[in-house]
Amino acid sequence: MYVLRRLPSLIATLLAVSILTFLMTSLLPGDPALQILGAENATPEAIAAVRSELSLDDPLPVRYLHWIGDALTGDFGRSYRTNEPVSQAIIERLPVTAEIGLLAIVIALAIAIPVGMLSAYRAGTRTDKVISSTSFGLLAVPNFMVAILLILVFAVWLGVLPATGWVNFTDNPVQNLRSALLPALSLAIAEMAVYTRLLRTDMIATLQQDFVTMARVKGVSNRRILFRHALRPSSFSLLTVAGVQVGAIIGGSVVIETLFAVPGVGRLLLEAVLVRDLLMVQGVALVIAVSYVVVNFTVDILYSYLDPRISHGRSSARV
Amino acid sequence: MTNAQLAGRANEPLLEVDDLRTYFDTPRGIVKAVDGVSLRVDRGKTLGVVGESGSGKTVLSRSIMNLLPKTNTIREGSVRFEGRELTTMKNKEMRTIWGAEMAMVLQDPMTSLNPVTKIGEQITESLGIHLNEKGKVAKAHAVELLKSVGIPAAERRLGEYPHQLSGGMRQRVTIAIALACSPKLLVADEPTTALDVTVQRQILDLLESQQTQRNMGLIIITHDLGVVAGRADEIAVMYAGRIVERAPTRELFARNRHPYTEGLLRSIPRLHQPSHSRLQAIPGRPPDLVDPPAGCPFAPRCNYAQDKCLTETPVLAPHAAGHEAACHFPVGTTAGQEALARNVAAGRTAAGTPLDSTVLATAGAA
Repeated sequence: MYVLRRLPSLIATLLAVSILTFLMTSLLPGDPALQILGAENATPEAIAAVRSELSLDDPLPVRYLHWIGDALTGDFGRSYRTNEPVSQAIIERLPVTAEIGLLAIVIALAIAIPVGMLSAYRAGTRTDKVISSTSFGLLAVPNFMVAILLILVFAVWLGVLPATGWVNFTDNPVQNLRSALLPALSLAIAEMAVYTRLLRTDMIATLQQDFVTMARVKGVSNRRILFRHALRPSSFSLLTVAGVQVGAIIGGSVVIETLFAVPGVGRLLLEAVLVRDLLMVQGVALVIAVSYVVVNFTVDILYSYLDPRISHGRSSARV
Repeated sequence: MTNAQLAGRANEPLLEVDDLRTYFDTPRGIVKAVDGVSLRVDRGKTLGVVGESGSGKTVLSRSIMNLLPKTNTIREGSVRFEGRELTTMKNKEMRTIWGAEMAMVLQDPMTSLNPVTKIGEQITESLGIHLNEKGKVAKAHAVELLKSVGIPAAERRLGEYPHQLSGGMRQRVTIAIALACSPKLLVADEPTTALDVTVQRQILDLLESQQTQRNMGLIIITHDLGVVAGRADEIAVMYAGRIVERAPTRELFARNRHPYTEGLLRSIPRLHQPSHSRLQAIPGRPPDLVDPPAGCPFAPRCNYAQDKCLTETPVLAPHAAGHEAACHFPVGTTAGQEALARNVAAGRTAAGTPLDSTVLATAGAA
């Protein structure tokens, strides 16, 4: 099966990701023990004690195996600063980032798909030109600028959405959605512009294909041609980029979460980096990297749904 | 209906194209892809449209079918299908005719089937639109259609994707799709060009038998005279957006009048020729359809070209019953013989094209 054949490469990627994450943080200059103790308590004896307690003096491969072995069981160690288990901190923060990211992608796709299709269907007309130049404009604005503008309009002028803060879904679903909306929109706008452009290009190419002519000559309505015949074959680039952009959204959420004071993984990472909370940084980076790899793996699987030729083609090539 | 009315309907042509012009407004200028084409197809008859690439035959088929984009396209003349004028019809009206009454088979079955949709769905789609057949009824109909075009294990094929079928099978599927709602006219644009030679014949036989069974009008567009040789009732030869010769098939092969047709006929390899005989190609390329030169568009490539050909554009003139050709010095007439003899003597044509030695040899033999 296609999924099973792809599994070894997925595992290899995850292994590489974990090693890199580990090395990146471990090779940073500066001694975590010093950070933990603080400058005034850092006697050589205390530092040595902390280092041995945290096994910082073991060789790197040993430390890696130790860390990854624990990580596999869900134990990422404890924060140097708060002594809170890293896994628990991540579990608390992850749903916030995931909700905002997911909402952003849903908003972006919900707008980009019809707009991109319209743009392709009316390629070269004024509608298309307006859509294209608007997309380029939105692409050029960095998302923190968008965020500030959105806060200004919706929170300050109109006062309909909260500027900062977070309400958990379990506490109040409506307030939760309201607090997620502006951060999600800030992330969605650039995405939306990218998706619109991509879909437009691919769709224009698809609409020139013979099978679209064939569908017209069958008497199929334009709407049906666009949605049933042309959309699926036009959505490969869209899907690929949407997959890759999941990473960008998690990365982008560091800025957005800080700006909106939302307790997500991105802000957790930022705080951990600032105080050199090594295990926390490692844990969060690993979780982000793994979710990125898993999302793209899922995208690969989705290709074979979008285009039945992919799985068949590969299987026959291997035989 | 009285007998007279019935007779009247039977005599009414299925498709009548009158002085159809289709120009494209491009940055380079106006491309005259179809420049005054008239033709007629009757029920149960086959018209072969023959021409090399760039002769405008594909644009002609799209223009007849009303498939061209409206923007930057200039279209004049008339296309009447069972008396209804198509050129002024909106897409919305056309959709009740497309698939139901007029259907089309395209050149490459690799690209004319949707790669991501199952074959069954592609067939039942038009059944649902025009015949309002859904679910099991539509499926049974689709199986029947696939069987009628000679696809084995039809039930299983319904659930397969186009890439799982061979090229010939795919073209059978596109024919099944085209025939789904029993159209009155089928336009086949190079239906066999993308296929293996062995499969070509099967597909042409299939088209022919379906046409006879359904008493359907059929237009076969091809660059290969051999494809339509034994099958078409009438052949129209296209060059540079115009019909340069039109005749019943036998007549055309027996007494072709236009030098271009003669060139096409000569360029068909013959079995009785000794092996390694040189294939007689027509020299040069078709003219640019932006600002075509004055006079006969074929003159620069024509062995018969005289001064008159460079200034006066010939129009279709009758030669025999149903046989017309657009040439000042038609092949097989005294005028034509004399023109060729003059050019042979001069070693070049009036357009300045040197005569090929093979032409001199054949001319000498004749």
